Amino acid sequence: MDFLITLLQLFDSTIRLSVPLLLACLAGLYSERSGIFDIGLEGKMLAGAFAAGTVAAWYGSAWAGLLAAVLVSVALGLVHGFASITHRGNQIVSGVAINFIAAGTTVILGQAWFSQGGRTPSLPNTARFNPINLPGAEAMRGVPIIGPIYYELISGHSILVYLAFLLVPFTWWVLYRTRFGLRLRAVGENPAAVDTAGVSVPWLRYRAVICCGVLCGVAGAYLATAQGAGFVKDMTAGKGYIALAALIFAKWRPVQAMFACLLFGFLDAVAIRMQGHPMPLIGEVPVQLMQALPYILTIVLLAGFIGKAIPPKAGGVAYVKER
Amino acid sequence: MSQPFAKLPAWADYGLLPLINLIVAFLVAGLVVMLVGESPIDAAVLMVKGAFGSGDGVGYTLYYATNFIFTGLCVAVAFHCGLFNIGGEGQAYIGGLGVTIVGLGLGNSLPWWLVFPLAILASALVGALWALIPAWLQAKRGSHVVITTIMFNFIAASIMVYLLVGVLKPLGSQAPETRVFGDGGQLPGLGWLLNIIGLDMRSAPLNISFLLALLAAFLVWLLIWRTKLGYEIRTMGFSPKAARYAGISELRIIIITMMISGALAGMMALNPIMGAQHRMQLDFVQGAGFVGIAVALMGRSHPVGIVLAAILFGMLYQGGAEIAFDMPNISRDMIVIIQGLVILFAGALEHMFRPSLQRIFQRVGRVKRETASVVTAGGGQ
Repeated sequence: MDFLITLLQLFDSTIRLSVPLLLACLAGLYSERSGIFDIGLEGKMLAGAFAAGTVAAWYGSAWAGLLAAVLVSVALGLVHGFASITHRGNQIVSGVAINFIAAGTTVILGQAWFSQGGRTPSLPNTARFNPINLPGAEAMRGVPIIGPIYYELISGHSILVYLAFLLVPFTWWVLYRTRFGLRLRAVGENPAAVDTAGVSVPWLRYRAVICCGVLCGVAGAYLATAQGAGFVKDMTAGKGYIALAALIFAKWRPVQAMFACLLFGFLDAVAIRMQGHPMPLIGEVPVQLMQALPYILTIVLLAGFIGKAIPPKAGGVAYVKER
Repeated sequence: MSQPFAKLPAWADYGLLPLINLIVAFLVAGLVVMLVGESPIDAAVLMVKGAFGSGDGVGYTLYYATNFIFTGLCVAVAFHCGLFNIGGEGQAYIGGLGVTIVGLGLGNSLPWWLVFPLAILASALVGALWALIPAWLQAKRGSHVVITTIMFNFIAASIMVYLLVGVLKPLGSQAPETRVFGDGGQLPGLGWLLNIIGLDMRSAPLNISFLLALLAAFLVWLLIWRTKLGYEIRTMGFSPKAARYAGISELRIIIITMMISGALAGMMALNPIMGAQHRMQLDFVQGAGFVGIAVALMGRSHPVGIVLAAILFGMLYQGGAEIAFDMPNISRDMIVIIQGLVILFAGALEHMFRPSLQRIFQRVGRVKRETASVVTAGGGQ
């Protein structure tokens, strides 16, 4: 029974840790499926987290924070779109620029506004997204097996966690069952065909970039107002890149993206739990190895040793309408 | 068909356009300075004073510039081949391992002028090897070098943290750094060079690796524009199809280019480790690998441009540190913003001002031609 509880706690923290990855990963999915590579997930998430932390601290409302996060993140997304869609600039260069602008601006503004070394003030529970106890969680607790699973694992997360996981089937539906999704996939593979059909390539791609911004904003708000209680300098700590890795791992598909994010979140949870605890047989595994594992796995995948990851064909290439 | 634009004269393409991009980047940065309630003009004056106002200021500026020349060249060489090496940070970090092994092993027994060449070789070799795997994956497996080099940055950071926290740390020490190298592992300063131009450098860590950086810049110029290999690299960058048709081996060129790129990044480690701290510390690269991207974009991948852009960023780093004393709201992170803006305007939005500039030049050219024809017609009468 103890073992079961430990395991459940591990899975529970896996879910918490994989939510920002999942949101960012789905964000990247919309953008990259439309043919716009986005290295800037990290920066948008960071800026979103800062906006959420700041506005939630000012107005005492997590929802206002969420809205601010989405707005800021979409604005950065539009900068990326302006550079890479309208001006046909290099998408990777533009994404890198956004990461730096976000990293610098959040610290400078945070320091100037709050003077706490780049942090935003610590949020009270009323200004955060709090855990929701699902109906019947307490009552079910005593039921063997199912009870603890329901109580520990499924119930007791903030609304953004449920939102993130609901977004997986939703994204699948949008991508594979709607006209927008069909066009989105088409524009990432063959923009000329979409153009010939009379659909505006730039407008489609702008919409994809906006979707990406919205989800990155939610991911940032989750970090600052649900998982944490306020913004901390460099809060994303490479999560945007891990999300990117997960996206490649999932071969740009939504359901697989969820599993990839859960896997990377699980590695993170295990790394945290194993700190200082030697493993049977292999002794103490260095934390750094666990932290590097998502990246190593992605490299192995990219090398084509676990099936081949083929990005959208028109990804990274600006579309030039024939004249 | 729309009218094709006139080609810009070289001075406008390589001088004016980057300048306009830079000015716009600084204007936006000025807005951020205003947003935190300081005067951008005062900040700029403080920065230039801090960077060039004293011998130590100049020393620090050039010390930082040394790092950026190496990493800028690293990015630029890859750019010429059409590859985007974001991995300069990791390659430089791992390159530090080469320097450290030589510095720790031979620093006590050999003089610096024997240790230095060995350390150069070791750092370049380690950096090149770290770039080899992404290069091979790109060339052989088609995995995008941007993604793999980002991943390798994180892997490099993990390895180095592991080594510095455990293996390389002297027993009984708490700080994640190696022991101080022997005398042979310490590079001589360049105070005499600044003395020649009448400046007095006391504590700035400017050292001989600055000269190595300039030499590297010259060698890169030689490589890219004066050798067969450089020609092949540029051909691959312009048009991989043309290169393939010409019988240039894609595998060979990508691997060689990335290894040169990685070697340049690796050599950056010499400056802070052997030149300044005389030991390897955690996170000694301090983002220089990423600054290299901005430097290469601003310098338009030409060694002369890179040296100038590196000095500019050196000035920002040194001057930025000075501003922080007088304007506590503006820390080093301001540089990160400027860096991002430079990358945005000089890199991603480099085409934004080009059409309007071309239009202006076209108009000026037409007016000139018309006046010239009027003059000749008048002279004929």
